[in-house]
Amino acid sequence: MSVQTEMLRVGAGGQPLTRKRESLWADAGRRLLRNKAAVMGGVIVILLILAALLAPFIAPRPFADQVLVDNNKVPDWVLAVFSNMKPYAQISNDYPLGADYVGRDLLSRIIYGARISLSVAFIGPIISLLIGVAFGMVSGYFGGRVDNLMMRVVDVLYAFPTLLFIILLMAFFRSTFAKPDPGSFAYGMSQLDARLGGMLFIFMGIGLTAWEGMARLTRGQVLSVREKEYIEAARTIGAGHVRIMFRHILPNIVGPLVVAETLTIPAYISFEAFLSFIGLGVNPPTPSWGAMISDGSQVIRTYPNQAVFPALALAITMFAFNFLGDGLRDALDPRLRGTQ
Amino acid sequence: MGRYIIRRLLWMLVVLFAVSAITFLLMHTVPGGPFDREKALPQEIIENLNQRYHLDKPLVVQYATYVYDVLIPKFSSIEPGLSLVDDALVNIRVGDDLWLKWMNFGPSYASRSRTVNDIFRAQLPISGQLGVMAITFAILLGIPLGILAALKQNTVWDYLGMSVAIFGVSVPVIVLGPILVWIFGVTLKWLPPTGWGAKPPYVLGFLPSNIGPEYFKYAVMPVVALGLVNSAVIARLTRASLLQVIREDYIRTARAKGLAERVVITRHALKNSLIPVATILGPLFAALVTGTFVAELIFGIPGMGRYFVTSITNRDYPVIMGTILLYAILLVLANLLVDIMYAFLDPRIRYT
Repeated sequence: MSVQTEMLRVGAGGQPLTRKRESLWADAGRRLLRNKAAVMGGVIVILLILAALLAPFIAPRPFADQVLVDNNKVPDWVLAVFSNMKPYAQISNDYPLGADYVGRDLLSRIIYGARISLSVAFIGPIISLLIGVAFGMVSGYFGGRVDNLMMRVVDVLYAFPTLLFIILLMAFFRSTFAKPDPGSFAYGMSQLDARLGGMLFIFMGIGLTAWEGMARLTRGQVLSVREKEYIEAARTIGAGHVRIMFRHILPNIVGPLVVAETLTIPAYISFEAFLSFIGLGVNPPTPSWGAMISDGSQVIRTYPNQAVFPALALAITMFAFNFLGDGLRDALDPRLRGTQ
Repeated sequence: MGRYIIRRLLWMLVVLFAVSAITFLLMHTVPGGPFDREKALPQEIIENLNQRYHLDKPLVVQYATYVYDVLIPKFSSIEPGLSLVDDALVNIRVGDDLWLKWMNFGPSYASRSRTVNDIFRAQLPISGQLGVMAITFAILLGIPLGILAALKQNTVWDYLGMSVAIFGVSVPVIVLGPILVWIFGVTLKWLPPTGWGAKPPYVLGFLPSNIGPEYFKYAVMPVVALGLVNSAVIARLTRASLLQVIREDYIRTARAKGLAERVVITRHALKNSLIPVATILGPLFAALVTGTFVAELIFGIPGMGRYFVTSITNRDYPVIMGTILLYAILLVLANLLVDIMYAFLDPRIRYT
């Protein structure tokens, strides 16, 4: 769907003032680039993606490298900022942000931690989009009794405290797939999860619990286009349900859905951080900002740098995604400027 | 309206049944049992324990027993507080030696001298106090901020308000918490970094008995950390909805007939613009519940929070069921209240 804008007006000199025809996307792109906050957010997101991809080359040390004698060491500049550490902290300028309680480089772990946060930022919404859109489309398209039943399912899931549900699901995945026989499906799953540092089950848990809002939104959108003439036209020429849903309805509603999902990215990031914070996230020693904040909080009175730096990394990422998401929404639908 | 509420309450019952059944099934499907230890207990002991807690019965029977214990009130001659088996949340004295007992959530397997109701009684008031203060803070900060930003659109106030809002949504509790602790608890030493200022017994079962500066000293940081995120959401929504409302025709009419600007805003614009804000109070409440949990962990507050995780890792079935049901009940009730509030805020909405 492309909205063509063509404006024809008469200017001061009697000459017609024309504006170039622009597609929706070009127009949106221009508006996005004018939004300084969004551009800044976008630049930070790109830098983060680069950092995550190139982590082995950027990070000064491997993330799991423990130098026990260097535990809790801090560089000079950190000591100057966190002056309460002066009486007892040991100085080592080998670690740009300091070392943690087992002597791992904080900076390297923060850089590697971007991998987890960014994967969740992209994969979480995709899973929720896939499940939610499929569910909402079927529900909205068929309507009537099907719709009623499916929305009641969403209602029930909505009443679950998401967090408890996810903790329960994670416990379920973790132990069900714990040590099964090699060759089975469960074995494959646990191998894959181990490869991903424990991320697979986080994705599954988040994906399975976060789609309800998307399903409701999709259903609403489907209801609004379902009765349009072009759908009827498609039906008259013999298009099947699946074809109508995917070829005729989906392209017309996908825009707002994607924008809505973009706005939830920070929520996924903080959710993963939180899961790792309570020890249900990635497997150690894979670094996650949430787990680092959790470790750092244990020693916040003595070595505040260990909690503050990963916390800052998390906050900056959230800011970037929020600015970018807001900017995208404003650019694609200027009427919504400043709304939720 | 009455019929609508009754129908909603009935539907709520269905939802709660579904939630409890799913939770029950899921937690029993998770491998491992409540009596698994590093050093395995002898088989006979495990069998005895299973028998004592009826874990040897078929799942359906266990579920039915659980639902029966929670749902059906019964008469008992045992004084409340004496028996672990017979511990109910609601005790009504009906005779000299007779109590009507309702809602027995069962024992805790992990701490065997306590029941789930004991945990509710001791820990829930703390989480409740924190939650109520946080949501009050969020509303008191968020709504004025949103109104200010909307009325003075595109001025310094607007930018300031929206900066606070974007800060709020970008800085989750697990970030703001440690930073607040570091600044105000460790460096400046103004506030105690961890702990909670109230202890049992509570007034009316949930209010702190020592409200004063000492109590609030403990509460300030967790309440701000929790409330700020939610106030940001409220502020953005209030601003957006007020901006929309003040362009409506009826506002122009109100102005045209010579009403004072103050009256136009408070009586005509605000009331209508708060409807969308009311809609998110339900989900916000849910988020707050989760947030409370995080704040409790960070600020070392002895609320319900830690039971969320430990009960699941310990396979402490009654505690899992109890906490999930409790929050499901709160959540559905909150959503019902929100829907009723609509009708109050917007006379066009009529439920039948």
